[in-house]
Amino acid sequence: MFLSQHKQHTLPGFHLSLGYTIFYLSLMVLIPLSMLFIKTAALSFKEFLGIVTAPRTLAAYRLSFETSLISASINAIFGFLVAWVLARYSFPGKKIIDALVDFPFALPTAVAGIALTAIYSPHGWVGQYLAQMGIKGAFSPLGIVIALTFIGLPFVIRTLEPVLQDIDPEIEEAAACLGANRWQSFAKVIFPILLPPLLTGFTLSFARAVGEYGSVIFIAGNMPGKTEIAPLLIMTKLEQYDYSGATAIAVVMLLVSFLILGISNFLQWLTAKRIGMN
Amino acid sequence: MILKNFLLLSTAVILGTSFIGTALAAPKAITLLNVSYDPTRELYEDFNTVFAKYWKEKTGETVKINQSHGGSGKQARAVIDGLDADVVTLALAYDIDAIAEKSNFIPKNWQARLPNNSSPYTSTIVFLVRWGNPKNIKDWDDLIKPGISVITPNPKTSGGARWNYLAAWGYALKRWNNDENKAKEFVTALYKNVPVLDSGARGSMTTFVERGIGDVLVSWENEAFLAVNELGQGKLEIVIPAVSILAEPPVALVEGNVDRRGTRKIAEAYLQYLYCEQGQEVAAKHYYRPRLESVTKKYADKFPKVNLFTIDEIFGGWQKAQKTHFADHGIFDQIYQN
Repeated sequence: MFLSQHKQHTLPGFHLSLGYTIFYLSLMVLIPLSMLFIKTAALSFKEFLGIVTAPRTLAAYRLSFETSLISASINAIFGFLVAWVLARYSFPGKKIIDALVDFPFALPTAVAGIALTAIYSPHGWVGQYLAQMGIKGAFSPLGIVIALTFIGLPFVIRTLEPVLQDIDPEIEEAAACLGANRWQSFAKVIFPILLPPLLTGFTLSFARAVGEYGSVIFIAGNMPGKTEIAPLLIMTKLEQYDYSGATAIAVVMLLVSFLILGISNFLQWLTAKRIGMN
Repeated sequence: MILKNFLLLSTAVILGTSFIGTALAAPKAITLLNVSYDPTRELYEDFNTVFAKYWKEKTGETVKINQSHGGSGKQARAVIDGLDADVVTLALAYDIDAIAEKSNFIPKNWQARLPNNSSPYTSTIVFLVRWGNPKNIKDWDDLIKPGISVITPNPKTSGGARWNYLAAWGYALKRWNNDENKAKEFVTALYKNVPVLDSGARGSMTTFVERGIGDVLVSWENEAFLAVNELGQGKLEIVIPAVSILAEPPVALVEGNVDRRGTRKIAEAYLQYLYCEQGQEVAAKHYYRPRLESVTKKYADKFPKVNLFTIDEIFGGWQKAQKTHFADHGIFDQIYQN
């Protein structure tokens, strides 16, 4: 069995590269993550539960995951649109727009946070009009969503774009020949192909948003119980040199994120299987 | 083949020159690392130049002082985790206590080892208001009036902001004859007027100055001076309350590091120099209140007289203040619970 599997590798260097991969991942990911659990182990289970179920912690978790979910959804919808435009049409200035998409990747998040706050604060360019309508831009959960949408913007676009470009026009032509109207060929032919990368982009954008700290603290207002994100709560624990308390909050975030990533992977697997079967 | 040879040769040349370079650079310059908090950047840039000159004249040695700045608590954690600091100059004693407690790099009695509670310079908490003081803010009582918007950072994440909070609390105790309930009411009312809790002092400054949010910024005196000078006349003005806290940013030698690095003598001299006339001058120039009588007199018109109380008098030291007010479920958390 082992031998037969071994024979399948046509390229040499499997053992070396696998060994390196495991070593590298252990060094960069597994060991740091295990420290999280070791530090948390300093707490008794009751203490742990007390910290992670405190009303303030729960409010922060809820805020973090809700705003991340909303912003990832916004990114999925509008990212789809942008990717579609970039992949399907050519127009003057396309290269510039294409470059702009990567901007949130390159910009230091603190700079993004400060810039967004300047625009959406009650005296900012956009914020003053929002304020007239009675909407609080910066220093509210809406501000957090804005910041998270900004930093997660490239993920959906960059995962969808190559797939969109690879779709053979002949597929659409074939669908049209077989009598599908435009909507049908989009909904039944193109969209199913795009669903897995869309989910990937959504998940990446969501994961990025859950852990974001730098940009959010400037725009959130950080009011306890109202606009206090979970990473900020971790920081306040650290300010008290409460390392185990901080890691306790982090462990729960890690587990929830892991769960969400798992669900997303399962959905991807499901859609891929369905398309494969069709 | 030619390329390969060229690469080999150039590598050899680079390696060779770097060896020669290190050999020639001896006698090596001594380096010191001063791990400090955010707003002291300009102060220590100046002080380091003055000290390096003094040290060169005295001993002939060249010293290069590296600075590290960040939030006070974050800096303390870095030292605990092994940042090779020779001296720490932080915003509050609680953070140096934490280093002493968690790492043993600093002896527990550190604060008694240097004069004046190990704080060579001090500051206090003042108000920064818009030019002309349109809301007529004169003292602490004005901060709790309805409709007044107060900007101050979150004391849970900002060491500097804990002084702001304690100043308000201490004022209220003095005003209502040490009635703790009244003090809590006062501080609760004050934080009800705070629309944004930035995570650090510079963040609050940005909110107040750049975003134009709030009627009054509760700030360290040195930061307030800096803001007024940077923006020029006609934008902001400083209001000094009648009563405030004596903010004592402390300094300490990191014993656990200096012996290993062989920098004990110079690091000690560095801290001592903060207390002498030249060091005090530099501090005063950067709007920190000097301790030395002669320098205080010289800068008397710059620093108005305030009735100052210390944290030891009112709160019984940092450990106690931290535990009662800023720890989880402490009074600050209670303020926000309902």
